[in-house]
Amino acid sequence: MKDTQDSYVTADGRTIGGTMLDLRNITLRFGGVEAIKNISFDVREGEIRAIIGPNGAGKSSMLNVISGFYVPQEGEVWFRGEKRKPMKPFRVARNGIARTFQNIALFEGMTVLDNVMTGRLNDMKAGMLSQALWFGKAEREENENRERVERIIDFLEIQHIRKVPVGRLPYGLKKRVELARALAAEPDLLLLDEPMAGMNVEEKEDMSRYILDVNDEMGTTIALIEHDMGVVMDLSDRVVVMDYGRKIGDGTPDEVRNNQEVIDAYLGVAHE
Amino acid sequence: MAGRTGTSVEGGVKVSEAEVSIPALLARNSQRYGTRAAYREKEFGIWQSWTWAETAAEIEALALGLIDQGLGVGEHVIISGRNRPGLYWAMVAVQSAGAIPVPIYQDAAVEEIGYQLEHSGAVMAIVGDQEQVDKITDAAGDGTPLRKIVYLDPRGLRKYDHAKLMPYTDVQQAGRDAKDRLGPELDKRRSAPSYDDTCIMLYTSGTTGRPKGVVLSNRNVIETAKNSCTFDKLTEKEDILAYLPMAWVGDFIFSVGQAYWAGFCVNCPESPDTMQQDLREIGPSYYFAPPRVFETQLTNVMIRMEDAGGLKRRMFHYFMDHAQKVGPKILDGEEVSASDRMKYRIGEALVYGPLKNTLGFSNIRVGYTAGEAIGPEIFDFYRGLGINLKQLYGQTEATVFITQQPDNEVRSDTVGVPSPGVELKLGDNGEVFYRSPGTFVEYYKNPESTADTKDPEGWVATGDAGFIEEGSGHLRIIDRAKDVAKLSTGQMFAPKYVENKLKFFPNILEAVVFGAGKDRCMAFLNIDLAAVGNWAERNNISYGSYQELSQHPKVLEMMREHVAETNESVAQDDMLSGCQIHRFLVLHKQLDADDGELTRTQKVRRKVIGEKFEELVDALYSGKDEIYTETEVTYEDGRKGKIKATLKIQDAKTFPTGTNVREAAE
Repeated sequence: MKDTQDSYVTADGRTIGGTMLDLRNITLRFGGVEAIKNISFDVREGEIRAIIGPNGAGKSSMLNVISGFYVPQEGEVWFRGEKRKPMKPFRVARNGIARTFQNIALFEGMTVLDNVMTGRLNDMKAGMLSQALWFGKAEREENENRERVERIIDFLEIQHIRKVPVGRLPYGLKKRVELARALAAEPDLLLLDEPMAGMNVEEKEDMSRYILDVNDEMGTTIALIEHDMGVVMDLSDRVVVMDYGRKIGDGTPDEVRNNQEVIDAYLGVAHE
Repeated sequence: MAGRTGTSVEGGVKVSEAEVSIPALLARNSQRYGTRAAYREKEFGIWQSWTWAETAAEIEALALGLIDQGLGVGEHVIISGRNRPGLYWAMVAVQSAGAIPVPIYQDAAVEEIGYQLEHSGAVMAIVGDQEQVDKITDAAGDGTPLRKIVYLDPRGLRKYDHAKLMPYTDVQQAGRDAKDRLGPELDKRRSAPSYDDTCIMLYTSGTTGRPKGVVLSNRNVIETAKNSCTFDKLTEKEDILAYLPMAWVGDFIFSVGQAYWAGFCVNCPESPDTMQQDLREIGPSYYFAPPRVFETQLTNVMIRMEDAGGLKRRMFHYFMDHAQKVGPKILDGEEVSASDRMKYRIGEALVYGPLKNTLGFSNIRVGYTAGEAIGPEIFDFYRGLGINLKQLYGQTEATVFITQQPDNEVRSDTVGVPSPGVELKLGDNGEVFYRSPGTFVEYYKNPESTADTKDPEGWVATGDAGFIEEGSGHLRIIDRAKDVAKLSTGQMFAPKYVENKLKFFPNILEAVVFGAGKDRCMAFLNIDLAAVGNWAERNNISYGSYQELSQHPKVLEMMREHVAETNESVAQDDMLSGCQIHRFLVLHKQLDADDGELTRTQKVRRKVIGEKFEELVDALYSGKDEIYTETEVTYEDGRKGKIKATLKIQDAKTFPTGTNVREAAE
């Protein structure tokens, strides 16, 4: 286990820093159902952290706790060395956390460009009047933000669909647009809820490439939920395994792969 | 050296001493057209542009940087990547530094690149992105002299070992820093080349065997550029979109040769996928595309019109019929009645104008297609819209131009008259020979092939069989000379002639005809997924894959009709009526360059296909009704897989010979 705070360099040359997000003894209940039972783990600066587990294990709830959508009944969320008070998700976003959703949540009737621009709304401060009249501050702000958005469009190679309404796009591309919108907020911590669900092999390879590039080139810390074990084991630095709301494993992909409890609960017989 | 004086009067225009190389033309343009745009590239959603003066500064910085990195005179430098100003500058910077650029196909497989690296002995490579870096690193074994790879896009490369790698901007910065020290050396190298020194080396795609390195001199490139600019009156006001592979001779002549000679602007698309949209935004005045691009565009237009409302659809068809009838005549300045002319004008406002705008063809003054035969309907469609689309015939060894169609003498079945300065003659077997100022110097390190192709008097064999049409003096190409053969019945066999007729059906993407030395002809077909898929949707035919659709009984029936129609038309020709298709099958996979079945320029490799699918050919001739087959395919990432299928073999209706005898060809 690496619970020291010293930064270290991974085999592929990335620097992993100290703890960025620390979840301490989180318990989340919906009425009588305990979705998350006393779970603690951390996410370190610069790493790719995976949360895996069977359906209903509480992974998405966990992500919702991190994004501030759910407030846990017990436990503490520490972000950048400060204990977080219950707050609205948009405030969490302003603090540098962005996410994508398991079921794509884009504005279907709007173009890709407009969708990605919404990722920057938190940074636009011009008043309603100025925005409506497209004058002064509003114009300046939009130009600045458009430039950032264009860099992300370039990064994710979606230039060809810039002006296409999202509703007309195939699934794999919608996923990429959603990632673009999350990146537009320039988060320090990016939460990805099943970024590869329903994709074919080629789309998965592309998406893996983009996730690695985001982490590598932009220095974004990533926490992701994913079912494809191959992807998880290849991408992540450390993996948390959940089952029925409990944490049953935590460590590097190799450690997790050889953890008997994890094998029993989830992985089944190890692949050759 | 001969030509050091650098004057020439071939073609009529005198080339001054200051215009004997591309770097010399660059210096001239930065003086003459300093503030005009030389390059544009769309990046981050905006067209960025560079004037000729800025271009000259960028190229100089890179050239100095390359000298600083130890690039020597006469050495080869590989260039690979999609069309970007940075890579075009790289070619000219390499020339400025006294070295020779060797552009290669960016989608080439690692083995192909390995061969080109070894054969050219390239010491540096200037590439677009990580993918190219990976491939060239893989391809460069220990034996190759490759010293340095310079890359444009740093994405994903940050963690790579930079012993051999260097970012493009760093090379330029090193060049700017070294200007005082290396400036005199650069000046010396820039002014050294004579008119007969090497300008560029290009690898031919090669329908057979290893690719050959075609060496073109400054004379070849500049004379050709000059003559062709005069022929089509190209000026510094043209705009072109550079989207075809940089390794292809045509792109080098259009985007470098002609662009530098005339001083016009080269526009680079944002990404390969945005080409169509970028075309619309730029609206080029001079445009080249292979027939397949025009075919695909026409197919897309037709598919979208099928989805349009009834009124729009009727209006479209009404005016398009009119355009087919009178459009080409108006374009050629022939007599057209006043009412037809008026109707055409209304059509222009309602249909043709908006359609041209959508296609990005609003400003086209000169458009060319070449490489394959183009279907008459497709040709008439574009000419009907008032687009001056013409055909040319050429090859790498000729620095593109052998023949081209003058304005007002345009037809779909000829390739035009000899280009300025080109002489033509025909061999005994109908093979076309030419001699021109563009005739290549040699195949690099391959004197035997050079001697086989180019005789001591400078005549080059094209490998194509054709004839000069009486009256018009236009050249008509029948087929590859080596593919023209005899059936065992003694009749002439020209597969390409039949394949082209088949491919003119929008539903058929590719066709391969067999029959040399046999008694009858057989064919493989590839369906066009866009066209047939759309048709299937319209007719409630569901399918899960290309393979399933290709073997659907209704699709096979449609193919039978197309083949029968083709046979009927082939039967009209006395000389070639033996080429009617007796039996055929629809292939379960698309023919693909990655599997070696097509060349990188999308030409069918008949021999490879014949060998690879030998059992299918045998089955066609043996009279079986169906055949089970397994085929290995290569995916884009290089992995291999297998496709299994049972193919149904179809009999086709044939027709008696020469019901409507045409005049014999010669």
